[in-house]
Amino acid sequence: MSSLVKCPHCGLRPREEFTIRGEVAAPRPDAGADEAVWFDHVYLRDNPRGENREYWHHSGGCRRWLVLSRNTLTHETSDVVDASTLKAEGRA
Amino acid sequence: MMRYSALSLLGNAFSKNKNWKPAWRNPDPKPHYDVIIIGGGGHGLATAYYLSKVFGVRNVAVLEKGYLGSGNIGRNTTIIRSNYLLEGNNPFYEFSMKLWEGLEQDFNFNAMVSQRGVINLFHSDAQRDAYTRRGNAMRLHGVDAELLNRDQLREKLPFLDYENARFPIMGGLMQARGGTVRHDAVAWGFARGADRNSVDIIQNCEVTGIDRDGDQITGVQTTRGAIRCNKLAMAVAGSSSHVAKMVDMRLPIESHALQAFVSEGLKPFIDTVVTFGAGHFYVSQSDKGGLVFGGDIEGYNSYAQRGNLACVEHVAEAGMAMIPALSRVRILRSWGGIMDMSMDGSPIMDRTHLSNLYFNGGWCYGGFKATPASGYCFAHLLATDAPHETATAFRMDRFARGYLLDEKGVGAQANLH
Repeated sequence: MSSLVKCPHCGLRPREEFTIRGEVAAPRPDAGADEAVWFDHVYLRDNPRGENREYWHHSGGCRRWLVLSRNTLTHETSDVVDASTLKAEGRA
Repeated sequence: MMRYSALSLLGNAFSKNKNWKPAWRNPDPKPHYDVIIIGGGGHGLATAYYLSKVFGVRNVAVLEKGYLGSGNIGRNTTIIRSNYLLEGNNPFYEFSMKLWEGLEQDFNFNAMVSQRGVINLFHSDAQRDAYTRRGNAMRLHGVDAELLNRDQLREKLPFLDYENARFPIMGGLMQARGGTVRHDAVAWGFARGADRNSVDIIQNCEVTGIDRDGDQITGVQTTRGAIRCNKLAMAVAGSSSHVAKMVDMRLPIESHALQAFVSEGLKPFIDTVVTFGAGHFYVSQSDKGGLVFGGDIEGYNSYAQRGNLACVEHVAEAGMAMIPALSRVRILRSWGGIMDMSMDGSPIMDRTHLSNLYFNGGWCYGGFKATPASGYCFAHLLATDAPHETATAFRMDRFARGYLLDEKGVGAQANLH
């Protein structure tokens, strides 16, 4: 990854415009879910060496939440989509 | 193995320096060890050193995937300090500071331990109160701390931008016993000390798999063949999640890159370590004259041992805000290490769900100053199966039990610690 991120709405933009939220985790558990399920959701991470899907907020631009597919070894991004499209497809 | 002394220096000088011996052997792996330590960084080598020296476990191997000093131990900004607030942290880091103070005599190696003082600047009334509280907590634990006002600071550090419009410098909290240590020499000194106690340090040996029989570890697969062991210890900060995955363990850890920088050599300029409390910038001057400094982590998960330019700019800006004179200084080098950012910003040192696997990681970017105590306490855990008295708060289950050790108070957000 260079210091540029390709926002699907704004095009190539400097990385400083973005706020990073981290790994796209499994959907939030029910409020009454087991303690172990909540522990897993809040604290544990896959933290993969390779492809990682993560939330980036274009806070200094269009203010949309994006989902980046990024290789954590090379910093290369292969896919950037608006988070809402993933939600519509039931993938996040 | 030769001992270093004034006499050995003199003797070797008269024999034209032809008789110096390597500081450690380069052995082939044996088929079986009592303890295998994965990771030949500072913490792994310190663990091997204290395990063999203090606890008498001699049949030990340290497996390092690269060469000694190629990981975080050679990529940090060399600062040592014990200015911690929380009950679970403070005694541990002070234990570490005391080990630093006697380290060179202990392992007979010059690590250039320099207690030049660490000053954390504050810029607002709230920050002053927070540092006052921290200083009081330190003194209650028997750690030295001194609150300096603006005039005292001006005398010590005349080059700071006191009139900064946004973050005027109001004073600082100083720990005079804090300072810097030559990081490579820490690795070499511990390696030499462990080697002298017959620990095998095996370089260029990457662990590719972990063999199990039920909940018992039987050995490891490596790029230099299979090796069996009675106990397996992980000290691979930066790659903790990756190695833990080999035994289906998920961790409350993310990997992030942190960069460090060094400038061209300057005449003596800064004789302490100074941190800019408003942003995240810290600087000291090496004995060669280069300014050594760093700032925030990149903020996104990374296993690449390099950083990106956005962070270089950010660090340079924070440095300029603190010391305007830096604008004319050239940055010579930057390097990036991979940090285990844990969910509460504190380390994890404990047994695991497997009966003879031990874990040491999650040091965020505070691992260097902890090196000796981390090694000592991990050796204690490996030898006795009980945590050392200063490391009881670093348990693996603290997240599930609600006993977070959140020094910074930002919650379960790895990239904010």
